[in-house]
Amino acid sequence: MPGRKVLLVDDERDFVEPLGERMRSRGLDVETAVSAKEAIQMTQRETYDVIVLDLNMPQIDGLETLRMLKEKNPNVHFILLTGYPTAEKGIRAMLSGAEEVLERPSNVETLIRKIEKLVSKKMVRV
Amino acid sequence: MDIKWDIIGTEGFRFMGKMNASISHEVKNVLAIINENAGLLEDFTLMAEKGMAIDPERLNALAGKIQHQVQRADRIIKNMNTFAHSVDETKKKVDLSEILVFMAALSERLATMKGIALEVTPPSTPIAITTDPFLVENIIWRCLEFSMAVTGTGKTVVLTADKKDQGASIIFSQLKGLSDASSRPPFPEDVENELVKSLGAQIVVNEGAGEIVLGLPEGPN
Repeated sequence: MPGRKVLLVDDERDFVEPLGERMRSRGLDVETAVSAKEAIQMTQRETYDVIVLDLNMPQIDGLETLRMLKEKNPNVHFILLTGYPTAEKGIRAMLSGAEEVLERPSNVETLIRKIEKLVSKKMVRV
Repeated sequence: MDIKWDIIGTEGFRFMGKMNASISHEVKNVLAIINENAGLLEDFTLMAEKGMAIDPERLNALAGKIQHQVQRADRIIKNMNTFAHSVDETKKKVDLSEILVFMAALSERLATMKGIALEVTPPSTPIAITTDPFLVENIIWRCLEFSMAVTGTGKTVVLTADKKDQGASIIFSQLKGLSDASSRPPFPEDVENELVKSLGAQIVVNEGAGEIVLGLPEGPN
């Protein structure tokens, strides 16, 4: 799936940078942001197919960031990452506009499969 | 003195749960970082097997990041262990400065999540008091949680400890929103009052100075 544009958002730089590099080496076009504020600024300049977002971020948490980003980018797919996925978190995430919730640490191949699934769904929908 | 131990007990469980949840989230973050850096190392190994040149400096940097995260996890787990053992004795001679530094470390992630920095300036000499370590940690957390609520994002809460006649005090300062009594939550409330009673302590809210002073008795020697 070359050229899929993905934004990875997590406050831990040492997490997003190697993950981004691994995804780029597998053919995705990945950019990274280490705060909600930075992610919002980046979405004003660029259009992404999928945004992968950490649920627990300082100041503006993942759900709030998701709501803000979704409002401005209604066609973008969102995947939330969390250390402890629960049914309650899943429901809240889905209600806020996420389509997938993934436990982290996770397997990079699993994440890419989920991205592929979401983007393919979008193409069918169009 | 009539102490409502049911309130203290319920609060104790909440406090223990809150801290353990925070610790477990931080450990998960560390594991996620190790996972991605180790994964990248694995990717490089596969590339090298295919004959691609890999810069040894990059491998060294990745190994360094993993080692750094292992040290971080070690600190987190040590704090978790110290916290777990704080319920071992209900009366113990402790260094209040040490407890203050420990509580700041334990609360750091929760403060960061609120966008607040904690600055601890403990005295150079130990402040020995005899007290219930867990209840002291609990009341420090309650004061700190309130301090963060009135300070607001982007600000710093300063924590200091002082030796006093027959006791010691912990000062939570630079609390900008403390003077705005109409918009801030009430403090101290039942939980803090019961904890204070059980420790023979006192809380003074100094709105003008923007600080909360938690006074603790020296206790029996």
